[in-house]
Amino acid sequence: MTRLVEVRQNVLKQNDVIARELRQRFHDAGTFAVSLVSSPGSGKTAFLEKTLALMRPDYRVAALVGDLATENDAARLARAQVPVKQITTGTLCHLEAAMVRNALDNWDTGPLDFLFIENVGNLVCPSSYDLGEDLRLVLLSVTEGEDKPLKYPTIFNTADLAVLTKMDLAEAVEFDAAQADENIQKVRPGMTVLKVSSKKGAGMDDWLQFLASAREKRSAVTAGAATIPGRSNPV
Amino acid sequence: MSIVELAEEEAAQRGAVQVNAVHLKLGRLAGVVKDALLSSYELACEGTDLQGSRLVIEEVPIVVYCPACQGPRTLDSMQWFACPECKSPVSEVLHGRELQVVAMEIQ
Repeated sequence: MTRLVEVRQNVLKQNDVIARELRQRFHDAGTFAVSLVSSPGSGKTAFLEKTLALMRPDYRVAALVGDLATENDAARLARAQVPVKQITTGTLCHLEAAMVRNALDNWDTGPLDFLFIENVGNLVCPSSYDLGEDLRLVLLSVTEGEDKPLKYPTIFNTADLAVLTKMDLAEAVEFDAAQADENIQKVRPGMTVLKVSSKKGAGMDDWLQFLASAREKRSAVTAGAATIPGRSNPV
Repeated sequence: MSIVELAEEEAAQRGAVQVNAVHLKLGRLAGVVKDALLSSYELACEGTDLQGSRLVIEEVPIVVYCPACQGPRTLDSMQWFACPECKSPVSEVLHGRELQVVAMEIQ
C-alpha cells in the first residue's frame, strides 16, 4: 500500500550547514570573505588581480579561484604575490561550501584579513549555494548589456554589491550606466552599484573603501548575528 | 544529485521498499528551472532506489514583505521587486527561495 509521508528537508541543507560553519570560522579568524559571481568573461579575474595587488601592502589577502578545467586564473592571480589556490570543479558549474572548506583545510595561508572566492563564471547555479561569505559581489561588464539583471534576477537578488566592470569601454559600446543601475535596483532595491575599470584603475578606490568599511561593520556585529539576510533560507 | 540522495535517505529511514513519488517545493527564486529538474530527475534516479519514481513539483511564488503596507505581498514578476499594491521597493523575501522535499509516496 502506498502511503504519503511528510518529509520537509531542504535539498541544500548539507551545503547550508557547511556554509554556516565556514561563516563562523571566518568570523572567529577575523577574516572577511568575499565571493565574486558573474557570467564568463565579465572580468572577475582582472578585477581580482587588481584588487589583490592594491590591497597587498595594507592587508593580508588570499584568493580561492573556481574554474571548470584550467588553472590559468590562479596563475594570473599569483602574479599579485599573495596566496592563491585553484579549485577545479570538473564538470560542475558552481562552487559549493564543501569545496571551499576542503580547499581551506589543506592550505596554510597564515592569518587573513580578506579571503576572496572567485566562483565559476555562471549567473544561474551559484545563486543557490551559500559559501559562507560575508559579501557576495556580482560583476556586470559594460559589454554584456544593461538588461542582464532582468535576465538573471536571482543572482542579482542574492548579491550584496554590484560592480560594473570595463567602464573604460562604456562609451565605445554605448553602455547606458543609468539604465543598468535602474535594472539592478528593480531586482535588488537599495543595492550599492560601483563602477570600475580594472585596466585603468578607475573606481578601485571606492571599492577598497567599501570593503574596508564592510569589514569594520562585520566586526561590530556579534558572531551569532553574522548572517546575510539575502541568502538565508527562510524555509 | 542532492534530491535523490535525500529521498533515498528518508525512504531508508522509514523502511520503504519502494518510492513512488517525491514531492518538491520549488521557489521561483531558488535558481533552479523546473523543466531542467524534471528532465534530469529520471536520469539521476537510474540505478538508485528511486528508479521509476515521479518528481512532483509545487512551484512557490515570490512573497515579499512590503514595509509600506506592512504585510506580505506576492510578486507577479521577478524582474521588479516592488510592492504590487503601492509600488514601494521591497527587499525582504519571505517565500520563493524554497528547494525542499516536502513529502514522499512510499510503499
